[in-house]
Amino acid sequence: MPRVVVDVMLKPEILDPQGQAVQRALERLGFDRVTSVRQGKRFEIEIAEPGAADAGPAGSGAAVELGRDMAAKLLANTVIEDFTVRIEDAAGGAG
Amino acid sequence: MTARIHNPVAIDTVEHAAATPAMPQPYAELGLAADEYERIRTILGRRPTGCELAMYAVMWSEHCSYKSSKIHLRQFAEKAPHSDALLVGMGENAGVVDLGQGWAVTFKIESHNHPSFVEPYQGAATGVGGIVRDILSMGARPAAVLDPLRFGPLNAADTGRVLPGVVAGIGGYGNCLGVPTIGGELVFDRSYAGNPLVNALCVGVLRRNAIKLAKASGPGNQVILYGAKTGRDGIGGVSVLASATFGAAGDGGGDAAKKPSVQVGDPFTEKTLIECSLELFERDLVAGIQDLGGAGLACATSELASAGTGGMRVWLDRVRLREPSMAPHEVLTSESQERMCAIVAPADVPDFLAVCEKWDVDAVVIGEVSAVTPAEADAGGRLVISWHGEVVVDVPPRTVAHDGPVYARPLARPADQDALVADAPSPARLARPAGGAELRGTLLRLAGSANLCAKSWVTAQYDRYVQGNTVLAQPADAGMIRVDESTGLGVAVSTDGNGRYTRLDPYTGAQLALVEAYRNVAATGARPLAVTNCLNFGSPEDPAVMWQFAEAVGGLADGCLALGIPVTGGNVSFYNQTANTAILPTPIVGVVGVIDDVARRTPTGFRRAGDVVLLLGATSDEFGGSEWAHVVHGHLGGRPPAVDLAAERLLAELLVAGSRERLLSAAHDLSDGGLAQALVESCLVGAIGVRLALPGDLDPFVALFAESAARALVAVPSSSEPRFTEMCRARGFPITRLGVVAGDAIDVQGQFSIPLAELRSVHEATLPARFG
Amino acid sequence: MTRIGVVTFPGSLDDRDAARAVRLAGGEPVRLWHRDTDLAGVEAIILPGGFSYGDYLRTGAIARFSPVMGSVISAAGRGVPVLGICNGFQILCESHLLPGALTRNNHLHFICRDQRLRIESSRTVWTAGYQPGAEIVIPVKNGEGRYVADRDTLARLDGDGLVVARYLHGNPNGSVADIAGITNPAGNVVGLMPHPEHAVEALTGPGTDGLGFFTSVLRRLVPA
Repeated sequence: MPRVVVDVMLKPEILDPQGQAVQRALERLGFDRVTSVRQGKRFEIEIAEPGAADAGPAGSGAAVELGRDMAAKLLANTVIEDFTVRIEDAAGGAG
Repeated sequence: MTARIHNPVAIDTVEHAAATPAMPQPYAELGLAADEYERIRTILGRRPTGCELAMYAVMWSEHCSYKSSKIHLRQFAEKAPHSDALLVGMGENAGVVDLGQGWAVTFKIESHNHPSFVEPYQGAATGVGGIVRDILSMGARPAAVLDPLRFGPLNAADTGRVLPGVVAGIGGYGNCLGVPTIGGELVFDRSYAGNPLVNALCVGVLRRNAIKLAKASGPGNQVILYGAKTGRDGIGGVSVLASATFGAAGDGGGDAAKKPSVQVGDPFTEKTLIECSLELFERDLVAGIQDLGGAGLACATSELASAGTGGMRVWLDRVRLREPSMAPHEVLTSESQERMCAIVAPADVPDFLAVCEKWDVDAVVIGEVSAVTPAEADAGGRLVISWHGEVVVDVPPRTVAHDGPVYARPLARPADQDALVADAPSPARLARPAGGAELRGTLLRLAGSANLCAKSWVTAQYDRYVQGNTVLAQPADAGMIRVDESTGLGVAVSTDGNGRYTRLDPYTGAQLALVEAYRNVAATGARPLAVTNCLNFGSPEDPAVMWQFAEAVGGLADGCLALGIPVTGGNVSFYNQTANTAILPTPIVGVVGVIDDVARRTPTGFRRAGDVVLLLGATSDEFGGSEWAHVVHGHLGGRPPAVDLAAERLLAELLVAGSRERLLSAAHDLSDGGLAQALVESCLVGAIGVRLALPGDLDPFVALFAESAARALVAVPSSSEPRFTEMCRARGFPITRLGVVAGDAIDVQGQFSIPLAELRSVHEATLPARFG
Repeated sequence: MTRIGVVTFPGSLDDRDAARAVRLAGGEPVRLWHRDTDLAGVEAIILPGGFSYGDYLRTGAIARFSPVMGSVISAAGRGVPVLGICNGFQILCESHLLPGALTRNNHLHFICRDQRLRIESSRTVWTAGYQPGAEIVIPVKNGEGRYVADRDTLARLDGDGLVVARYLHGNPNGSVADIAGITNPAGNVVGLMPHPEHAVEALTGPGTDGLGFFTSVLRRLVPA
């Protein structure tokens, strides 16, 4: 199955002091036109193809579903975080 | 075959080495001198394999072999005072001292200086991790950490990079391990600008009959590597980093290739390693144990083997790797963190592995202890290591671990030493404040200066409470932890050092560090028992630095003998210099003491209005290397304060006896900043003022700011004053009544008054203003 | 003697200290292992402070799926008292036994200090022994202690009296509305960021103001 990428970010209304610290550091390095930085997490998940006897679904659609399920249950705290799920092919491009 | 540094030879076996004696080997790139390489060939009777060369190179490096310092460090053994309390002395992972009641304390200090300049967070974090593992490997639960730190000038740009990273690293690692940080130091000086000093001391507590040692005895016993998997961390870090000085470019731009050599730590893995190991110890499943630090498996196997029967067989391919492509010499010298090596009787192996499984700690049998023939024993034992069926190492382990080169480096008193000492801080040379207003201004200026200001911006980043046994922590004179909840038995620890004093007179400067730590422990009411030291110096190839080193070691050894407390171990860090400029010679001394009941400890801060404030000890006009000369005049010259070891012993006896008889409300030693600084700290910690008069026979400036040694400030309830004064007089120890604890100001009669609110805002503003 | 369970996850640090606090309060601490679903018949449960699973992914995110937590969640539903201290509070929020979440301190540093708190509610089993409005001093020590919750949740916490403690004299981490601890409506599940177990002996803490959390639950559990 293709690689699943889950991006997790704090919800916009949650204060992100780490993002702010990164912004200040960028400014100190001379990147003075940066108006905002938010910091999040990216998960790259490889899922094995189901075996011949396995009734489980396969393919991109199924992979996205699995990714959403993982994100909602563990990878993101949906109280304070949003997530997006997408597929990448092995070379890192969008599937 | 080409000799490429990062992959000397794919599988250079012993057999192949014996057959190709003339093959060129990159010993110089690995840090070995030509004569050292020849010596290895002589020992083995052939050229070394790539793995053997790597092993000898890291183990014979300065950091591991102490080749430049050994001949001087011998003094600690030669001049060791007899001590009934000493259970394990120098030579093991850490010293162990008897506390009584069946308890013992193990402790040691180490440095992680160069990595902390390259990568402040990880350098400091792995420094803490390493010293904690040393303590764990003695069979003890790590109970406390202290961190003496040195940085460049407070306002230098690079200090803004290094200090916050180091503090975050110490906190990030130590807090996650559940070991409280209860003391340390923070000193700023130009000479540490490219060479911060990050020393870490760890104290552990154990039952005295449960001490573990690092030896592989019992032929047939299994060698088990457990903890984190092995990766490419810090490969060559020991010889590459620790024996190199940085280029003159202040940002460590000397050699970019050094960056990958810094190890990365994971405190969660170490926490589970601690709990797993303690359970293994408790169930008596471990016959010998060694932690893996500098030089990784190369060090652990050779040291365990040479301390035991002398024989060991290792199947290196059984080591669990993070990266499957690692070559055997990389596996041997990897400095991946959070790993331990245990010697386990065959019958205990299943239980051992089960405990590791319970804690989710990786464990694998990688070898076994072997018997040696008499000839092999004479040669230094026999360590055989194979890689997928081929023998890649066949060496006498003692030659790797203990018989490294010993250098007698040339020493020479620095050419500028006489001029430096002659440039005394006399009134003619340095203008002194006169009159109350100027004295007031000087006190405030010093109280807010970098080295004397409040350190809470740093110390609030450390967990001081975890384990629930911390009785005293910074800013107290010494940290103190309770060892036994039912009896109140406790241990006190302090670390101290002064680079400026040591520059002026290394022999005296080292003794001043010793007596300060000794005095700090006694001030809490604990009886000093033993010493550890971290000797931070410049390049041993510089005769002036070697002279400083030899003098300092001599001073320390003589001082320990006179005070009756032995050195149990420590660490030497050389090559702390940028281009040709060495750091101030900075021997840091840790002293450990025992108190029978922590409930009677003497705190630092004034507590109760009406308590009488007494100054113990004699004050002279001594300002060489003082904070006043440094802060106000930028001056370093003259002689450091004189040391009177007999007076220090007497003072310690008085402080301990005063505590035992519960005569003291508070006690604080005098050191940097003199009486003025002691008053500042005692008032602010206790949040209560003092009304005093300076002794009439002294110039007020001298009384307030001189840094004479063997002095302490105590507060006693007025009912105790006669008894305590009598105790001092009976011993012929000078005691002067200064005044009383009262009000909310430092009120010096006839001179000035400073409200505590004003004092506090100056004292506490400095670090937050700099670091946010 | 009343048995109170203290759970140990990989990386828990203040479990032994919580056990000591239970003992000093007059109870019998029972150590519970994260892999066991058997709660050994304890009458109350403490999730202690520390860095369970190294704070990997998010604080408390992995611990909340430990086998023991299934039993803790059921027990909480049955009214068994559960106290989550620091990392324990984080685990309770991740488990959705309490609303909101704990995030990185607003100033980004780990902070350890003696913190003044006001006990807002004595209507929980863990704070019944305090006067409402009582001011106490106990240590706070964390890097991820900033409590956040959406507006509706905050309104509910305030309106229903579910805030257990608030920071006084300086908020150490930027928690919304200075919230240091909250309770569920039934008053048996309490999450608290500061560490009462480090204020149970004058010798080793800022005082004994923390003992009340442990004596409150013991008094509630002893049959009348």
